[in-house]
Amino acid sequence: MFELALTLSFVFLSLGLVLATIRLLIGPTLPDRVVALEVIASLTIGFILLYSVAYDTPVLIDVVIVLALTSFMAAVGFARYLEQGGQRDDD
Amino acid sequence: MMTDIITSLFLLLGSFLMLLAGIGIIRMPDLLTRMHATSKAGALGAGLMACGFAVYFPEASLVVRALAVVVFVIMTAPVAAHVLARAGYFVGIKLWEGTVKDVIKERYDLKTHQLGSSARKRDD
Repeated sequence: MFELALTLSFVFLSLGLVLATIRLLIGPTLPDRVVALEVIASLTIGFILLYSVAYDTPVLIDVVIVLALTSFMAAVGFARYLEQGGQRDDD
Repeated sequence: MMTDIITSLFLLLGSFLMLLAGIGIIRMPDLLTRMHATSKAGALGAGLMACGFAVYFPEASLVVRALAVVVFVIMTAPVAAHVLARAGYFVGIKLWEGTVKDVIKERYDLKTHQLGSSARKRDD
């Protein structure tokens, strides 16, 4: 039962990762791609947490902390870059 | 046994919310509605999965770190979403064609990035 729940969670996260990657590839403007990257970062956080529960390696929580911090910094940095006049349109 | 049930509930709910974020980002028509789907579902999904981790490993150091992740995600996700939406609005993304009213357009000075409290005259 527990294994089934873990497998189902892995399937959900993988499907979400595929959909976010599609948006990252086709996204018409640069802000769309940045939002897709942020979703991918939070999905990766979920993946690492799920992996550490499934394979009994609790030390990976440190990686999760660093990843959450980095994704926030990346979002804020990208927003500053866009607003202060970076490349407006990537097509 | 009980721990397993609670952990699997947390993990299933969190990963399902993240799947909803993925569906929303592929399905919604423009940037702001996409962010509406992703920022809430993504943050709550990560928080719930960290809660599941904290239930499964009941040691003080791990629980504290998992709760730190929850607090950090809940605090930073709205800030990041706000900053990104603001930057996207100033870059000039197209809104969905079904948008009824763009209130910010009447009140924001796009040059100085100042928000007024009432509709202002535009010279353009």
